[in-house]
Amino acid sequence: MNQSLSVKHLIGIKDITANDIELIFSTADNFKQIINRPIKKVPSLRDVTIANVFFENSTRTRISFELAERRLSADTLNFSASSSSVKKGETLIDTVSNILAMKVDMIVMRHPSPGACSFLAKHVDSIIVNAGDGTHEHPTQALLDAYSIREKYGEVKGKKVAIVGDILHSRVALSNIFCLQKLGAEVVVCGPPTLIPKHIESLGVKVEYDLMKALAWCDVANMLRIQMERQDIKYFPSLREYTMQYGLNKERLDSLDKQITIMHPGPINRGVEITSDVADSSQSIILDQVENGVAIRMAVLYLLAAKQE
Amino acid sequence: MKKKELFSSQDLEITLDRLCHQLLENHTDFKDTVIIGLQPRGIYLARRLHKKISALTKNKNIPFGELDATFYRDDFRKRQPVLPSAMNMNFIIEDKNVILIDDVLYTGRTIRAGLDALLDFGRPRKVELLVLIDRRFSRHLPIQPDYVGKRIDTRVSQNVKAEWKETDGNDRVWLIMND
Repeated sequence: MNQSLSVKHLIGIKDITANDIELIFSTADNFKQIINRPIKKVPSLRDVTIANVFFENSTRTRISFELAERRLSADTLNFSASSSSVKKGETLIDTVSNILAMKVDMIVMRHPSPGACSFLAKHVDSIIVNAGDGTHEHPTQALLDAYSIREKYGEVKGKKVAIVGDILHSRVALSNIFCLQKLGAEVVVCGPPTLIPKHIESLGVKVEYDLMKALAWCDVANMLRIQMERQDIKYFPSLREYTMQYGLNKERLDSLDKQITIMHPGPINRGVEITSDVADSSQSIILDQVENGVAIRMAVLYLLAAKQE
Repeated sequence: MKKKELFSSQDLEITLDRLCHQLLENHTDFKDTVIIGLQPRGIYLARRLHKKISALTKNKNIPFGELDATFYRDDFRKRQPVLPSAMNMNFIIEDKNVILIDDVLYTGRTIRAGLDALLDFGRPRKVELLVLIDRRFSRHLPIQPDYVGKRIDTRVSQNVKAEWKETDGNDRVWLIMND
């Protein structure tokens, strides 16, 4: 069967179709099998060079992309803003054009400004993969989250997902909302009113301010981290108070009359949004998410690279 | 579009029996031998032969795998992406005799990719190739089959299509003339 993605870049989940997502998932199934073999590598992208351009700190996403690239036999180069000419005043387009002049085929970029990836896609001739742009989107995270739900339940359609925490600053939340809705899941966002964006109902999600009600409703709870680095003003009185209202602990989980699945995009602040005993419990699929991340990113890179020419 | 029948259902049965007995000549009890079909179209032939050989040798434990070589192809980015098929290899082929099975051998490029994919599952003692149809004199690579159902002469414009009971409702092999 010949099939390809409808987009040239992966900027956001908003731009891709449900078919694209299904194609990425079915390709990821193959890659998941490959990364669980003794020899975890295929030669598909051996003539492709990929630059990982990170203007913002990242451990998990960068390692995951890098592993995905290497397991596809691509050549990789890593660039982080802290040790580069960006410090000397170079613009984004200049920085990337210089990398591309050295014959790089794809750019995986993380940037603190929302829209940086779509700006770049308009101005340089390359394939751009968004690894998180400010508070806008983080498409591969949403794909791996939905893929993990699909793996756990067989399908995403009809599932009830609660996204809990700092919705206002979260690119993971926005990408997840788009992705889950495209696949037919229901989404509720839950958090303190100051961290819920105004008019979020216009995306078709429901808002719930009471954690226990959200948990009682959902099949899956995706617990987000409080992004202190993006908060320049106080959105809630103290972390202790946030934890009392919105932290997920064993007592709260056990008081439900059903088993829900717990997800977290990482990094976890243990004891804040989620306690250790919940994060490490059998209901948590946090490490499955990480494993699936590599397979999903392999699928995205493979399908985007395959489109060229 | 004209087409010519290369194998009827009956012919095919006879040829499959012959191929099984040729394999038995060389592998006797299939103790250290594994059978691997190449995705997407070689698996039906491979499943059929595996079943027949299991019955003939009364050995129910001959390892059987389905190998997908999509990620190992040399025409990536040179044509429309092909969606990978499922890989089903639950064993390591270290020091085994491998019988690699595909329906049609044409340029040899699929087999080349298949051999690369195969080596990711260990170092086999020996690999043999079995194909139902060998479109001879059209190889791009130095690859020749060890067991052949039928050798035919074809032109570039022609196609060979094997139909199977499992997917097409009937066992038949066609030569399709596109000119």
